[in-house]
Amino acid sequence: MNSKNILIKVNQLYKIFGDGDKSALDLVKNGMGKDELLEKSNCVLGLNNINLNINRGKIQVVMGLSGSGKSTLIRHLNRLIEPTSGEILFNNTNILNLSSKELIQFRQNNMSMVFQKFALFPHKTILQNVGYGLAIQNISKDEWSEKAQKWIKRVGLDGYETYYPGQLSGGMQQRVGLARALATDAEILLMDEAFSALDPLIRSEMQNILLDLQSELHKTIIFITHDLDEALKIGDRIAILRDGSMVQDSDPQEIIMNPADEYVSDFIKDINRARVIQAKSIMTPTNTKSSGATVKEDMVLEDILQIMSDAPSKPVTIENSKGKVTGKIEMVNLIEGMKRPKSLGTNITG
Amino acid sequence: MDWFFNFPDMSRSDLREFKKTVDFAFTDFSRTYGQGIEDFFEPLLMFLVWFEKLFINTPWPVIIFSILLLAWIGSRSILIVVGTFLSFMLIGYFGMWEDTMSTLAIILVATFLCIAIGIPLGIAMARSNKVQAAIVPILDVMQTIPSFVYLIPVVMLLGIGKVPGLIAVCIYAIPPIVRLTNLGIRLVDKDVLEAADSFGANYWQKLFGVQMPLALPTIFAGVNQTIMMALAMVVIASMIGVKGLGLPVLRAISNQYLALGLMNGLAIVILAIIFDRVTQKFGLRMQKYRNEGKD
Repeated sequence: MNSKNILIKVNQLYKIFGDGDKSALDLVKNGMGKDELLEKSNCVLGLNNINLNINRGKIQVVMGLSGSGKSTLIRHLNRLIEPTSGEILFNNTNILNLSSKELIQFRQNNMSMVFQKFALFPHKTILQNVGYGLAIQNISKDEWSEKAQKWIKRVGLDGYETYYPGQLSGGMQQRVGLARALATDAEILLMDEAFSALDPLIRSEMQNILLDLQSELHKTIIFITHDLDEALKIGDRIAILRDGSMVQDSDPQEIIMNPADEYVSDFIKDINRARVIQAKSIMTPTNTKSSGATVKEDMVLEDILQIMSDAPSKPVTIENSKGKVTGKIEMVNLIEGMKRPKSLGTNITG
Repeated sequence: MDWFFNFPDMSRSDLREFKKTVDFAFTDFSRTYGQGIEDFFEPLLMFLVWFEKLFINTPWPVIIFSILLLAWIGSRSILIVVGTFLSFMLIGYFGMWEDTMSTLAIILVATFLCIAIGIPLGIAMARSNKVQAAIVPILDVMQTIPSFVYLIPVVMLLGIGKVPGLIAVCIYAIPPIVRLTNLGIRLVDKDVLEAADSFGANYWQKLFGVQMPLALPTIFAGVNQTIMMALAMVVIASMIGVKGLGLPVLRAISNQYLALGLMNGLAIVILAIIFDRVTQKFGLRMQKYRNEGKD
């Protein structure tokens, strides 16, 4: 990984909630866990030695169950929560050293946020909501309303400018939330379970809107979710948190093929492997063309199966995005790849 | 066992000495500073006199028209405007016009003062838990202490007249606006404030752009309560020289004039109902965004 591409670097970040957090910090650094700490010092361990590099222009997913510290982590990035110890580097400046004036500047220019419960301003119209981030920068009304207008159109809410948030459905409200975050042109987008409150169809639609926007805007997005399917769909990298500690941080394919521990295994147990695992994860590397059809590296097993079913005995050739042959897959590999690894158990329910 | 059946209280002479000391100390204080304090309130007195004269000397059709206009702007309700018109005609017909104008003048000034002092106080309370902890007990005392008790020092300091009356009304009427401003700001959704924070809003932008507008319905309930309590004080304030509808009521009590008492009492009630309905409607209209259809 090229260090030039790293936009945000989180180093040894600790957060302990409660009184006497400094003395509790030493306990945690000496290896005390969340439950023991709560019992001993009545402090809650929020984040435990988090190290994370976030690449410019990529979608970094942070995943975990409720209480795992993912929302706490994302709020450290714009300092809505102050850490107990550690540093957060943005372009090599530690944002924890910013004065309150600099912090306000930083929030206005560099980061914007989308919230799980939308957190729109109920007394402002959609236009005023979307323009809020700009209006508080003392930009003229003509200018901010023009930009806001543009983003309202971009998320497909043309014509709703004078409505109030209470008059829109959940999905529409979150589009407003997204437009509000995008309107400031901030480089970084923080999304705190942004789509979790939406029903599945709308959620999937919002994910597509986000991916569509991302292919054009190339923002650095930190996306919090507890939904693995969502993480796999939109994440360029996935970090998994448990009880405030980072369990695994890797490529989505890597998480499915090599879960770091039982916790991660539990997470991936129920996914549809055929629809998620890509050719490159199970292929046998080779440079020579095989007898069967040729497919791309990132094709999922389900689709390869469809192709191979015509000629099951012929291995398919795998090529990368530039058209160079990188490997082959035989039917046996395919079956092996779709099968649940031993560590995940073999019992099939339902 | 004497102490068991008789409370071991202070001796009578000690108690007399104690009361004397307090009384003399305050008398001394009011002799020394009374004039200064009176001078300090002189502009307020001038304003009160001028404002009351303005109400009384303006021809009645002009006053009624202005009141109806305000009622319309506030409530946008024909029913309330018509009710207001009939009420004021009735009040005038029964010969209470001048007293009603005096009462109206002092209520308006008192309400304005309460808002001007109360809202900033409420904001300060919402901002800091320490300020809240300091002010809440004071408000508790102001609301529970019998009004006659604080009339004594006020009269000793300022004598009888409009200004001490106004102060007495304000002491009684200010707690709701302070409390409800504080409450309204504290009740603003934390998620929404976090959103404002995340976009880099500073304290004042959050206060005036998010907290105050969202707290406005609650604050307005406070204004409404303040007006109601100010009206309730009118009779007591008349005991220390405030003219208006309270004075005839007071006379009616001491002379057992049933009709006079009822008429003026009902005029106060009518004023209260009009103020209440208009401000409540106005408060409702301000939160229009809450009432419009939800999905």
